[in-house]
Amino acid sequence: MARTADVLVIGGGLHGCSTALHLALRGLKPILVEKDYAGRHASGVNAGGVRQLARHLAEIPLSISSMEMWEHIEELVGDDCGFESHGTVLVAEDDAELAGFRARVDDLRLRGFIHEELIERAELKRLVPAVADHCPGGVVSRRDGAADPFITTQAFRRRAVEKGAEMIEGATVTGLARVGGTWRAETSAGPIEAPKVVNAAGAWADRIAAMLGEPVPLEVIAPMLMVTSALPAFIQPVVILRGRKLSFKQRANGTVVVGGGHLAQPFRDENRTVLDWNRLAVSAQTVWELFPVMREATIVRAWAGIEARMPDDIPVVGPSAMSEGVYHQFGFSGHGFQLGPGTGAMMAELVATGSTNVPIDGLGIQRFAGARG
Amino acid sequence: MTEAADLASSYDLVVIGGGPAGLAAAALAARAGVSTVLFDENPGVGGQIYRGITSTPITNRGVLGEDYWAGAALAAEAKASGALIVTGATVWSLDPSLQVGVAIAGRARLVQAKRVIVATGSLERPFPIPGWTLPGVMTAGAAQTALKAQGLVPKGHTVVAGAGPLLWLLAAQLLRGGAKIEAILDTAPRLNWLRAVAHLPDFALSAYWSKGLALLREVKAKAPVIRIANLEALGDDQVREVAFDGRRLPADLLLLHQGVVPNVNLAMAAGIEHRWNARQLCFEPVLDEDFGSSVPGIAVAGDGAGIAGGTAAAERGRIAAIAAMRALRPEAAVADTQAIRQKLQREEMGRAFLDWLYRPADALRQPVGETLACRCEEVTAQQVRDMARIGCEGPNQMKAFLRCGMGPCQGRLCGLTITELIAAERDSTPAEVGYYRLRPPVKPITLAELASLPIAEAERKAVER
Amino acid sequence: MFRRLGDTGATLTLTVDGKEIRARIGDTVAAAMLAAGIGRFRTTPVSGAARAPYCMMGVCFDCLVTIDGIGSRQACLVPVREGMAIETQQGKREAGR
Repeated sequence: MARTADVLVIGGGLHGCSTALHLALRGLKPILVEKDYAGRHASGVNAGGVRQLARHLAEIPLSISSMEMWEHIEELVGDDCGFESHGTVLVAEDDAELAGFRARVDDLRLRGFIHEELIERAELKRLVPAVADHCPGGVVSRRDGAADPFITTQAFRRRAVEKGAEMIEGATVTGLARVGGTWRAETSAGPIEAPKVVNAAGAWADRIAAMLGEPVPLEVIAPMLMVTSALPAFIQPVVILRGRKLSFKQRANGTVVVGGGHLAQPFRDENRTVLDWNRLAVSAQTVWELFPVMREATIVRAWAGIEARMPDDIPVVGPSAMSEGVYHQFGFSGHGFQLGPGTGAMMAELVATGSTNVPIDGLGIQRFAGARG
Repeated sequence: MTEAADLASSYDLVVIGGGPAGLAAAALAARAGVSTVLFDENPGVGGQIYRGITSTPITNRGVLGEDYWAGAALAAEAKASGALIVTGATVWSLDPSLQVGVAIAGRARLVQAKRVIVATGSLERPFPIPGWTLPGVMTAGAAQTALKAQGLVPKGHTVVAGAGPLLWLLAAQLLRGGAKIEAILDTAPRLNWLRAVAHLPDFALSAYWSKGLALLREVKAKAPVIRIANLEALGDDQVREVAFDGRRLPADLLLLHQGVVPNVNLAMAAGIEHRWNARQLCFEPVLDEDFGSSVPGIAVAGDGAGIAGGTAAAERGRIAAIAAMRALRPEAAVADTQAIRQKLQREEMGRAFLDWLYRPADALRQPVGETLACRCEEVTAQQVRDMARIGCEGPNQMKAFLRCGMGPCQGRLCGLTITELIAAERDSTPAEVGYYRLRPPVKPITLAELASLPIAEAERKAVER
Repeated sequence: MFRRLGDTGATLTLTVDGKEIRARIGDTVAAAMLAAGIGRFRTTPVSGAARAPYCMMGVCFDCLVTIDGIGSRQACLVPVREGMAIETQQGKREAGR
């Protein structure tokens, strides 16, 4: 006997849990199937950046609607998720970079987006006193901040269940097919039938897409992070670079998280990664040059999450191009965390009503039609 | 003194840990012509059992006993063998490709190995009692280290508490060194005898039998031994008293010991499969008969392979070295391990009896209330139990919620406690609950050390946007 | 808590929080501090509780001190050298120290 639901959500990362919550808030009954436990992978172990800054144009509407929710996150999920807002600063390392940033900010303003602000040397030093003296300026997005990724994912999971979603963890979807007018998923916990399906399976979403005859060129990546022991507070905003890979933030407990996207080697069928110390050394050298005060900081832990990257670095969000009733929500390429709350709300609207007010042009799976997975 | 810049970029055999297993393995391999390096983070070799063997200020051989001095031969053998012995070298990473990350005097290097022997030994089982984080509360091993390596002896009111053969050895050494012990509080549950007695015949045939009895007699003649069920360390910013079974004793130093367990951090971080040993109440690596692990090319020898003591450790190191030599030089004639395995078997006899007799009490492994389960992040037993009860199923989720296991010790002093508490609260077993997911760096490294890794320009360019 | 057994042999001088102590060649920083009667090595970043060495073998991380300007070093693993300047740590270690 198959379980039935209004919507089957595949994947218990932040996006899956957010969609499940918002579907439940609309009075629908979702079942979410997660092969490990909610937040086990990228959603639970990323740097926690809640960032509007430096996004691809196609992501900006989702990012703005998500930011509204982050600012009321406790109301939405009953937990503050460790969210603190002190802005994100994109630091320019030389004048040429700064000129490039100026052009970008001007272009955004022409399009009606005002969340990015160009700053000169004095304002940069005021916002980030510890940054190296050679940096001429940057861009700030003042509403940005950071949160705890695992706590956030678990909070969405918990609230979704409270509102009526069913969570099945430790179960893998092994098959997905149209059977008698509805979708039937074979899972290791038994079959589930639902008229609508959301593919939020992260680094494994290409497999779900393949089951639907809709292959996508998804690359499995394992971005690495390092964290230090607790230091007295010396930096408030999150700092990122463009020319070199760095994201840098200090949490409330004093520890500093260093990320930026240097990649480890993933083994997605074994839930494991092997760190690349040469690349982490490059990361350490970048921090050395940019934040001299960090030179004797102690790194106590390093890790990597398993994530999906699309060739154009933007996600696949929207209806399936081939299968009615199926929707995709994956491929966030290492920057999906901030988009979680808003994308879940948008997806629930799309699934429940057939359309959405949030522009998601440019994110559809059809852009890969003709490309083999 | 070998510096990081002196290291070659690769060696045939890298031995990690300079205790009896590591020393024996390095000596055997190097003598056979295998290019061998041994790394130990301490200022000298010897591990724990032979700590300070090349530099101890203790001149009276009777204080530490003849078993200790046997370590001198091992150290000398390794030194003469041609192996490169590097002390003050902290290995912070080992991965399945056999790349070893090591830091010496503020500089880090990556060294490629063809074979690795992990010989990082054991550490004392956590002993979570109220007040166990107070200054003046230390492990029995800590006092032993201070005695062997620096000739330090406890002064003031000293109380020793716990269970296990090493407890009696330590007490004997301290007493011979002139320490005055107020009391030895024996926490081994009386009922342990019922399970131990079945293994008595084997034990009676082993070397432990006569040595053990002699030690017990020696210690009981010089210090009062009291059997106890519960224990607390009391004091404000330093231990002042010990409370047990409704009584109190003044204490300036409380030495705790309830057995040793494998130090799993490097082996687990390297991806080596482990399993729960229900008799010894700890996790140990899954190994073949040559001490080869689930990661090809990496062997685990010594107490890290499972608790068996110092002499067994040296034999295990030799077996692992011979297997490494066979892999590196398939055409060369290699020693037969038969004789070594027989010696090993004799050493391991009697182990079962000791494991059951000194099995630590549940209450002293699974704390309650405000007792700290995680020392580094100051997480209480109650917090862990509550979180487990409301649905937190495993230590990795517990870590993310409470931060236990996220401090600098990386779970060395809390891992077993957290796993056992979750199992107890959820009516499960440690085998099912599992352990923290451990990653390199297994010892903290500074940003400066990591930034000092020599990286080819090509590599640097490859990772820029 | 501890006294030296017998003749201390060759000695040297270190400072701990600015005060001089005697140590023996071969001591680790932790052993030298304990022998000098120092009972507090650091206070914790979480609650400010006093800590001193627990294991003396590099696994407990309670002996963390700043040595010659470099913070959070495991005192039980570092051999003493003439003139070493040791500072006990209070709470969160300074960045850059």
